[in-house]
Amino acid sequence: MNIFSAQNITKNYAAHTALKNVSIDVPEQSIFGLLGPNGAGKTSLIRIINQITAPDEGELYFDGEKLKPSHISFIGYLPEERGLYKKMKVGEQALYLAQLKGISKADALKKLKYWFEKFEISDWWNKKVEELSKGMQQKIQFIVTILHEPKLLIFDEPFSGFDPINVNLLKSEILNLKANGASIIFSTHNMASVEELCDNIALINKSQKILDGKVHEIKNTYKANIFEIAFHTKEIDFKAILPESYKIQDQVVQNGISKINIKIPMDLTPNELLQNILPKIEIISFNEILPTMNDIFIQKVNEQKNIA
Amino acid sequence: MKKIRLIIQREYLSRVKKKSFIIMTILGPLLMAAIWIVPFFLATMSDEKKVVSVVDETGIFFEKFQSTDKVLFVYEVDLEKAKDNLSKGNYSGVLYVQKLSYSIPDQAVLLYSDKSPGIVTQSYISNAMQNILKNNLLVNAHNISKEDFDKINSTNIKLNTEDIRTGEKSYTEIKTGLGIFSGILIYFFIFLFGAQVMRGVIEEKTSRIVEVIVSSVKPFQLMMGKIIGVALVGLTQFVLWILLTFSIITVLQFSMPDVFKSAQTEQAYNPGQKLPSADQVQLQKLQNQEIRELINGLFSINYGVMILQFIFYFLAGYLLYASLFASIGAAVDNEADTQQFMMPVTIPLLFAIIMSNFVINNPDGPVAFWLSIIPLTSPIIMMVRIPFGVPVWQVSLSMGLLILGFIFTTWLAAKIYRTGILMYGKKVSYKELWKWLRY
Repeated sequence: MNIFSAQNITKNYAAHTALKNVSIDVPEQSIFGLLGPNGAGKTSLIRIINQITAPDEGELYFDGEKLKPSHISFIGYLPEERGLYKKMKVGEQALYLAQLKGISKADALKKLKYWFEKFEISDWWNKKVEELSKGMQQKIQFIVTILHEPKLLIFDEPFSGFDPINVNLLKSEILNLKANGASIIFSTHNMASVEELCDNIALINKSQKILDGKVHEIKNTYKANIFEIAFHTKEIDFKAILPESYKIQDQVVQNGISKINIKIPMDLTPNELLQNILPKIEIISFNEILPTMNDIFIQKVNEQKNIA
Repeated sequence: MKKIRLIIQREYLSRVKKKSFIIMTILGPLLMAAIWIVPFFLATMSDEKKVVSVVDETGIFFEKFQSTDKVLFVYEVDLEKAKDNLSKGNYSGVLYVQKLSYSIPDQAVLLYSDKSPGIVTQSYISNAMQNILKNNLLVNAHNISKEDFDKINSTNIKLNTEDIRTGEKSYTEIKTGLGIFSGILIYFFIFLFGAQVMRGVIEEKTSRIVEVIVSSVKPFQLMMGKIIGVALVGLTQFVLWILLTFSIITVLQFSMPDVFKSAQTEQAYNPGQKLPSADQVQLQKLQNQEIRELINGLFSINYGVMILQFIFYFLAGYLLYASLFASIGAAVDNEADTQQFMMPVTIPLLFAIIMSNFVINNPDGPVAFWLSIIPLTSPIIMMVRIPFGVPVWQVSLSMGLLILGFIFTTWLAAKIYRTGILMYGKKVSYKELWKWLRY
């Protein structure tokens, strides 16, 4: 079951096309990464999901129904360009933004109290926003985004501008929300920051989707059968022990421990590599090197260029 | 609808609670009451008595000046001695009338040392001299009796105009004042509160809260919420000003009745008329009548209708311009960039204010008619015309067109607004705005 689905979305602005025939499916209770470089069209797509703008072509579905204005109260959105009224008091402002999402005043008060206590910021209630530091403001923004318990949360560049402590707080809260049934869309150009959290991703480049699917499947598809072996340093000639078809990549020595990357032919398994080297060295660790989303993205973009 | 109400509420409360609003609300009526009251106080404040020495070589003015409680006239022959006394400070001025070759003097010099004599003293002296001269010519040269001269001198025609349908007098001066005043007030309100809308939009844009909000409400709702919220602020301020001004004046009138009473007689006193006391009483009567006329004139205006019309033209005029101001705010990134777009919005308003002087002289002419029908200028020009009486069909036409006008500008502005608020860091040109209109 998909909580959200966009089919063949196209959006044209006067001078350029922001989205061209883009489709995405966000499964229920999952984290979805919308990845791509700046200017790829991510924010345009997110604005369409939030019904801030309308697509020129394509269909949108939320929870099985056609997307309609009343769905706004089931979506929480933390935009990339985010801010608060500087002169307004924190509590008053949080209450206002929550009510705009359609929660009753009493309900909003109760929930805000819970979250303010949870984040240990209850004494900020009567402060003006301009008196708070940036990190403090971000906490408020986060609370306001999730207060109405949306089924779908959208975070545009969520970690830009957050300090590391808040990033961790945010990540753990987001995982909590997912465990409680929410689905999350992350939109970012900083792929490394979210790939560990995402279940599914879609790569967007130059207004078009170039890749999507489950993260582990994509990684498996794009893996190069490279393995990293760490061992206690010992003079050894790997070329002599290994068959010709094995390719030795970089090798480093650090604090008496050597690390070596070996690419083995696609039809072989790591067991065969181990059989060859086990008798010769004392192994500390053995890992498969999976490509990062960044690597896959670059590879994919290059492929596209070659076709064109 | 509930969301618009929330936005209106926030926009309204956040402005009404501001210190600047409270200060303006108190200062405005104080200022208005002061404008009304200060002349009364000034009139009661008596200057120190001035002594003017008259050195008259012609002999026409000798012992002819009437001393008042403000000016005392003394007569001297020697100019040098008088000058000497003047520099010693014994006199405030020396009036020197030179003997000329021809018989009737036409000029005199008022000498002074440290302080220039006030305009009132000057006009008193020149008026008095003219009267003395006339008297001299008529009584002495043409043998007219003193009584006849006084009659001639006290002739005074007040031209009253009356509407034959209603029998109402027209009190043109009062209507002129009232018309210009309400025109300027509308102009001032449109600018003041239009600029508040614009600044509010810029604030939302620069603080980047706007994208958070438009994910909950439609940009149009946000814009209208802000415009209506600010309109209510304006209305609140206007009503408070009227109430406070009225109560300040009333309280002052009751607490210091003698100031107002004596001020009225003071003002009625017209220096420069050398009249026997009996005639002075008559003059007093005449001028009391003028004051009554003034009061009658003030009462002849139908204030209920006028205030209602004012509120309509203020609100509709404001709505017409506020959405334009909102779209300017949305198109720019900071207040400094607003200049280039302010021009076309400012020009019709300025034009209306400039033309209001012309309209007041001919409130039923074609210029007045057209400017009070065209929505961009009608809020100001119609308010200028209204005290003079405007046919019902013209007012209805003007109101109808104004409503259509603000629906049109709001529709137009909403298109620019919804694109503009999500556009950051881009210098926008008119060409760009044109594109946004056609999205």
